[in-house]
Amino acid sequence: MRRLLLSLLAGLVFGFGLALSGMTLPGKVLDFLDVSGHWDPSLAFVMGGALAVTLPTFTRVLRSSGPLWDKTFAVSPLTRIDAGLVLGSLAFGVGWGACGYCPGPAVALLASPNGEALVLLPSLLAGTVLARMFQRPGRAEDPAQGKGPPQPGADPIPGCG
Amino acid sequence: MDHFTPIASTVGGLLIGLSALLLLKFSGRLAGVSSIVSGLVYLVPGEILWRLLFLAGLVAGAGACYAILGGGPVSRPGIPVPLLVVSGVLIGAGTSFAGGCTSGHGVCGLGRLSRRSLVATITFMVAGALTVYVVRHVLGIES
Repeated sequence: MRRLLLSLLAGLVFGFGLALSGMTLPGKVLDFLDVSGHWDPSLAFVMGGALAVTLPTFTRVLRSSGPLWDKTFAVSPLTRIDAGLVLGSLAFGVGWGACGYCPGPAVALLASPNGEALVLLPSLLAGTVLARMFQRPGRAEDPAQGKGPPQPGADPIPGCG
Repeated sequence: MDHFTPIASTVGGLLIGLSALLLLKFSGRLAGVSSIVSGLVYLVPGEILWRLLFLAGLVAGAGACYAILGGGPVSRPGIPVPLLVVSGVLIGAGTSFAGGCTSGHGVCGLGRLSRRSLVATITFMVAGALTVYVVRHVLGIES
């Protein structure tokens, strides 16, 4: 129960931060990516602010015996740089640069009366389902990595991060 | 809203980092939005409810910010619908194959010094910048 409440709280803080930072405004995102146009460097400050918290803490937290309210950390054990990672990131970058939304802001679209959500969100979900059809059942972003025993508590999903 | 906003962006970034830290420290989960969304598609038993609550919180948090400070994304009449469809599919499929997006790789992955996340982040940043160049300056679609 407390873990669920924590998820809600983390989501609230995340969403508020995302909106405050300007990441949910596609024009601002595109101005950041548009280095040859009227460049707006603001989003480098979003990444900087977020990393100012995660860089000094994450490795230390992950070295601890476990999370405070669960048994293990659900963190991807993958380390290899493979085609799925590079081509997937390439495809994501093209989609991001074409519309100005990455997944967080795409979900946050539901908080504003914006018709783009009606097209973007179903397409995003369709892309996710499509990718799943090309991946092995369970997890498959890298078959060579799949032979080891699954990490206890690890997410059986191509891990985030 | 197309101005330089270093303070709001830094504070927003700090909040995103804080959210990711809370989730990792207490629940042992990574705040990667694409993976949280795809987890709902994959329907992993026992991993559904926390994801729904995180996403509900994300929407409510963004809504709270708009309610207090105003703003929020407005629909762009100039953006072609097919462009949005192709973008959405590429984002969904790409982040699934890559195992993360701006938050999963960019914020959480770099935070834990993952080499994969560094490669992913550089790749999608460069691909994004090149795409904006083509869409805005070659195709002439102003968005």
